[in-house]
Amino acid sequence: MNKLIVSPAPHVHSGNSIRKEMVSVLIALIPAYLVALYYFGVGAIIVSVTSVISCVIFEYFIQKFLIKGENTVSDYSAVLTGLLLSFNLPSNLPVWIVVIGALVAIGVGKMSFGGLGNNPFNPALVGRVFLLISFPVQMTSWPRPMAWNTSYLDAETSATALSALKEHLGNIPSLFDMFVGNMGGSMGEVSALALLLGFVYLLFKRTITWHIPVSILLTVFIMTGIFYLVNPQTYFPNYTFIVGRINAGSYLYGHRLCYFSHDKNGNDNLRHWHWYYHCCYQNVWFLSRRSIFCYPYHECVYTTN
Amino acid sequence: MKTFKMGGVHPPENKFSAGKKTKIISLPQQVIIPLRHYSGNPSVAEVSRGEIVKVGQLIGRANGFISANVHSSVSGKVSKIDNAMDAFGYKFPAVFIDVIGDDWLDEVDLSPEVKRVCNLEPHEIIKKVAEAGIVGLGGATFPTHVKLSIPQGKKAEVLIINGAECEPYLTCDHQLMLEKGEEIIIGISILMKAIRVKKAIIGIESNKMDAVLNLEKWAKTMEGIEVVPLKVKYPQGSEKQLIQALTGREVPSGALPIEVGAVVQNVATTFAVYEAVQKNKPLIERIITVTGKSVPEPGNYWVRIGTPFTHIIEETGGMPQDTGKVVAGGPMMGRALPSLDLSVAKGTSSILFIPSSESKRGKVFNCIRCAKCVFHCPMGLEPYLLMNHGEKQMWENMEENRVMDCIECGSCSFICPSNRPLVDYIRYGKSTVGTMIRNRKTQKS
Repeated sequence: MNKLIVSPAPHVHSGNSIRKEMVSVLIALIPAYLVALYYFGVGAIIVSVTSVISCVIFEYFIQKFLIKGENTVSDYSAVLTGLLLSFNLPSNLPVWIVVIGALVAIGVGKMSFGGLGNNPFNPALVGRVFLLISFPVQMTSWPRPMAWNTSYLDAETSATALSALKEHLGNIPSLFDMFVGNMGGSMGEVSALALLLGFVYLLFKRTITWHIPVSILLTVFIMTGIFYLVNPQTYFPNYTFIVGRINAGSYLYGHRLCYFSHDKNGNDNLRHWHWYYHCCYQNVWFLSRRSIFCYPYHECVYTTN
Repeated sequence: MKTFKMGGVHPPENKFSAGKKTKIISLPQQVIIPLRHYSGNPSVAEVSRGEIVKVGQLIGRANGFISANVHSSVSGKVSKIDNAMDAFGYKFPAVFIDVIGDDWLDEVDLSPEVKRVCNLEPHEIIKKVAEAGIVGLGGATFPTHVKLSIPQGKKAEVLIINGAECEPYLTCDHQLMLEKGEEIIIGISILMKAIRVKKAIIGIESNKMDAVLNLEKWAKTMEGIEVVPLKVKYPQGSEKQLIQALTGREVPSGALPIEVGAVVQNVATTFAVYEAVQKNKPLIERIITVTGKSVPEPGNYWVRIGTPFTHIIEETGGMPQDTGKVVAGGPMMGRALPSLDLSVAKGTSSILFIPSSESKRGKVFNCIRCAKCVFHCPMGLEPYLLMNHGEKQMWENMEENRVMDCIECGSCSFICPSNRPLVDYIRYGKSTVGTMIRNRKTQKS
């Protein structure tokens, strides 16, 4: 008779794995990627492919020669980091800057802490923050969206909706354009619609729950509402409708909330504190965005993340 | 449909033996009747070597409060009283009996007719239940008469009957509800009388609607018994979760169900109560499920307590070739057996063969803080945190984070994408913290 295996209960497993989680997030990002391809064309392809490949290669080599641990590339977390990093970049960013971003994301943001699971920040966001500080000009010239765009480095640039709003520029895109993604911005973040599709997919797959995104959006909605009601002139000169504000933000948030706040790191594990925690951090974020020092980006989400 | 509020998982049901009529396993040549059935003190042997015993004769007397009588399940000659391994791998005294014929005690009523009327007083019922050695047949095997003795100052309001059978693979309770519906309902009415309540609720998961309908039919013949179908969710059969699902009441941390006026009994236990009270038949046999993915004919079988597993396996078609693990009980909370030289105890609900391809645990990765364990914990604990404490032996922190509330259902380990052994460390912590708490109490007093 063959020997029996003895182990404590449970004797069955759900079949969940890190790879499955990562793949489901990758699938959820497909709509946003398609929108990026449509509006930013060749640039989007070059930036995203460079970012993904360099992230995977950096992870592989760091794992092999520096950490000398087991190969973890096969869990697809590096692919996801690469894709998320590229989604945070303008589509006319030179390749060498993208590669530096990937090196910082994987090398500093992830592997220096011991690999997946031990990183205190989201690696892709570490990469983006590094690039933003190092190359502020390149990182803030957003190409103008154009159907079937074939230009890459010489693309026409435009402001993001939020910077237009902040600096009282007149050319703010319509609500509909902002919703589908027809505006300047990071390549993967322009379309609230596409990101919401991905969000619904992740909800359906039960990779995430609705608590974090909804608590954050609701807080912003209420806070902006209060500020708007107190002084509409100062706060939203061009927008008389609060929902417009939410929509303008949602191209950032959709992304931040559904993918980053859930990208396994900012996720506080305390069920009962979920609401409270996210309301607080959103308030901090909101206030800093409104302050005079603030620029119309969203880096503070990363740090609290 | 009703269910408990927090957490829970839905493992693949795999109830291959559902609806399979019970068969009777033939008598083995020798039975090994353990004197300890998973919990409490071992009982004291009442027989000695060479003695001739009849079916139903007392062979072990309860020793202390949490302990139950043990009866001979066969007739024959006591060959020895020696230590035998239980499903946990510990050795406890057991009575070995060589089977001769099938000679029952005279007072046991073996007629097939159903006796509906019970004129006993509550204390007489409890006494009879205690004498018959009945324990909770859901798996915990806590002596039933202890559960029925309501502590002073407390009052039972409702009797809850557990027919959830939320563990995958198991169908023994399901089959019992289909075949012995009337007896179960009479058993419930006897228990209601014993604890002086007017209301009983039977909770059955909705994947067993045939059992729900059958019990509803019989429940109409008695007063105050209600059958409630429940949404399929593990661990619904856990006492606290079932009470919440059926009554909406939450048992406080560290308290017993009687705190919210509930007494919970398993359906198999109520059937045993019926047999003991109405038929004078002590607990000497039970239904077990023999099942598994590669078992040719999964089924439900009546077996005598003490029947060796090897005998049952032989009778039911042998062990599948690809077996890697044999589990007594369900796959979520059952015990993996170290060897097959064991015998059926009162709490053994199944023999489950797991193919070797599914026997080994997956490789453990880092925690990626996905919080799945937190969202699926039915007790609202934070398994990842408790495991971290357990790894670092931070027992005080574990106690602060309510490790003693864990019901060890295994939902966290089941759902973890990194295959982390969460419930193992929690169990380890529970036993250490439990000892710590006991020591503290003895030091104080």
